[in-house]
Amino acid sequence: MIDFIARRLVSIVPVLAVVAIFVFLMLRLTPGDPAAVIAGDNATSDQIADIRAKLGLDLPIWQQFAIWAGDMLRGNFGESFFFKKTVAELIAQRIEPTLSLAICTLILAVVVAVPLGVIAAYRHGSWVDRLVMGFSVLGFSVPVFVIGYCLIYVFAIDLGWLPVQGYTRIGVDFGSFLEHMVLPSVSLAVVYIALIARITRASVLEVLNEDYIRTARAKGLSNRVVLMRHALRNAAVPILTVIGIGIALLIGGAVVTESVYGLPGLGRLTIEAVLSRDFPTIQAVILLFSVVYVLINLLIDIAYTLFDPRIRY
Amino acid sequence: MTKTTINRRAFGILTTGAIVAAATSARAQDKKVLRFVQNGNMSILDPIWTTAYVTRTHGYFIYDTLFAMDANNAIKPQMVDKWEVSPDKTEWTFTLRDGLEWHDGKPVTSEDCIPSIKRWGARDAMGLKLMEFVKDFKAVDAKTFKMILKEPYGLVLESLGKPSSNVPFMMPKRIAETDPFKQIDSQIGSGPFVYVNAESKPGEKHVYVKNPKYKPRSEAPSGLSGGKVVKIERVEIIEMPDPQQQVNAIIAGEIDLIEQPPHDLLPIMKADKSVQLVDWNPLGQQFIYRMNHLQPPFNNPKIRQAALLTIRQEDYLKATVGAPEYYKVSSAAFISGTPNAFDTPNDLLIKPNFEKSKQLLKEAGYDGTPIVLMQSTTLPVLTNTAPVTKALLEQGGFKVDMQSMDWQTLVTRRTKKDPPSQGGWNLFHTFTVAADILNPISNTYMVAQGDKSWFGWPTDPEMEKLRDAYSKETDPAKAKELAHSVQNRAVETAQYAWIGQWYGPGAARKNITGWLKAPVPVMWNIEKA
Repeated sequence: MIDFIARRLVSIVPVLAVVAIFVFLMLRLTPGDPAAVIAGDNATSDQIADIRAKLGLDLPIWQQFAIWAGDMLRGNFGESFFFKKTVAELIAQRIEPTLSLAICTLILAVVVAVPLGVIAAYRHGSWVDRLVMGFSVLGFSVPVFVIGYCLIYVFAIDLGWLPVQGYTRIGVDFGSFLEHMVLPSVSLAVVYIALIARITRASVLEVLNEDYIRTARAKGLSNRVVLMRHALRNAAVPILTVIGIGIALLIGGAVVTESVYGLPGLGRLTIEAVLSRDFPTIQAVILLFSVVYVLINLLIDIAYTLFDPRIRY
Repeated sequence: MTKTTINRRAFGILTTGAIVAAATSARAQDKKVLRFVQNGNMSILDPIWTTAYVTRTHGYFIYDTLFAMDANNAIKPQMVDKWEVSPDKTEWTFTLRDGLEWHDGKPVTSEDCIPSIKRWGARDAMGLKLMEFVKDFKAVDAKTFKMILKEPYGLVLESLGKPSSNVPFMMPKRIAETDPFKQIDSQIGSGPFVYVNAESKPGEKHVYVKNPKYKPRSEAPSGLSGGKVVKIERVEIIEMPDPQQQVNAIIAGEIDLIEQPPHDLLPIMKADKSVQLVDWNPLGQQFIYRMNHLQPPFNNPKIRQAALLTIRQEDYLKATVGAPEYYKVSSAAFISGTPNAFDTPNDLLIKPNFEKSKQLLKEAGYDGTPIVLMQSTTLPVLTNTAPVTKALLEQGGFKVDMQSMDWQTLVTRRTKKDPPSQGGWNLFHTFTVAADILNPISNTYMVAQGDKSWFGWPTDPEMEKLRDAYSKETDPAKAKELAHSVQNRAVETAQYAWIGQWYGPGAARKNITGWLKAPVPVMWNIEKA
């Protein structure tokens, strides 16, 4: 197992190198000049050229890459072109809302979707099954921002139960933190619930037809025990896989959700950085997302061994 | 009644009391905090380094100015107590008023003001012009300094009292001596608010508290001048990029003010009993349409004139703003209702003459090469301008290739002087705050110095002669005549097109009063009931 983890961790290095080169080149090759954005609407071409030189953007691309890669290897993510802060400081400041949103969404999604999927499989063909599957189709089809606006209208504006927007840091006021997390997490969780519920239903349904389930029932075990101990545990591998894949959905969804609910997280930072062509920030955030994605998939692979003893690394 | 019941009831009363007390305290606290949403996020805090309007507004919170523009567009002293000019108009002496202090407690001195003017003068168009005339600065004493000119300059006070980006804000000497092309790293000013760095988180909120040491002028506030009396303890600029969310938040009472919500959302707020619309910027904004003078076909003045003949301002204003109460059709380049305003003859820009446009194109030998028109799709207020231009130009005999892109791509591409086939351009639109273009010197689009001009790079020695004469003219009546000549010259050479004025009210909760009319949303004088 330790060998496997070490191998996987080593394999992150080439992945990150490819991501770094790709992101760096994409940013330099797409139109848009941070110097022109910084200079503002009344600037002349000369002023823009001055700013470009100050930022080092007038250097050849390979030279810019060498400087950036060298800094990265020394743990220096560089300084944002716009915020008078290092990128590391910016990320540290913005990571809490994104992490909170991701964790709340993940918990909510798993807690709701897995039982829904199991019930739908158990009641295969019934109205419950059709209801769950109908919800899944809806969850996939409706964009996050539409769900967000509908929830805001009902629960924040009409009923006034929850805040429209904003974020309270967990250490400042836990109650307020939870209040501010409810609507964003529910909005973002809908698509995730749809995905996990569908896969859970399909996996459990497949397992329910296995001989060992029939044997368990013949032994006189209750439905709850058959479902939870025998069926769900054996259906867990595909469910875990989809949770891992869903992290990418979560990252993409966080960008939209944070904008709709005014959460000052990494998703909004990414949008702000892309719109203003803040190269150092975009590069660092995308690299961070890549690391998170790779590590979560590693954790999922490790978790397989807990649910399926046949899997050994 | 059992003991348990009593205890439960007592607990209930105590809990309710605590909640009511907490709510009352929260409401009282809430009255002291003003939550304001600007048009866009503020990532840069140096109002000299950037022209971004959000940063300019931040500047008015924490810095003060030597002079300021009042509600009648007149320049009035602000940090200056008195000033005098020598008979030959080349030596200006300014004396600061008593009691001016930086937020760190040190006094404001002449030694601070001189580098502040120099730094601004290295970045701002009007500052650059002023500095062309400045021979030297001399600090006479702690409160008095002189500005010595090479020759008389007619816009000294207009320059030092420039209301919008870039504003000549006064900063402490050590900060003002920062390279003008590098951001400052400290937020110490002498203005009516203090920036709370520890609580401000760019991307989330910026926090300001009342400056207890600020001594407002005794005059009543008027525009950006007069007594800056702060009536609220704390202001939070909340960063909320989504306009729909801003409207939801103000209706729900989570924020108090929105700088300028989009026009299509105004009816929602008009219909809500808790929100009012406030016309805080009576000068408004103006749409601009700029042609590239370096590349065919707009390197030919006749073809540029043909383009001007196709303009019907109302089409633009209807397509972008909609409700007539929020726009004004006006052929005045220097903003209708201000001293230099002057209507262009023959209804040019108001009523199109497509036949004449076609005739001019024929005379100029236009070969039918499509005009590359850049359309920004990410600034909602500009998105609809380009399709209108395309339709009007086509009616006037042009062929148009409209290319859509995000605003940042457009601002990069507009710097390119190459032919459109090699990544250049022929035409694009922008808009400007009216206060930035009230005279031929502050109006960047009137500059005709080739490479030193704004994008489009017009060259016209005659225009420069007129602008120069305007800048040196100290008689207001003659200056006004020269401003008219500048506008006429711009029309004659079709230097650029001004395609309509528009207004965007702010939104405030009904318990907010005292939002001053000015070209910038300022937070002094505001009260929250």
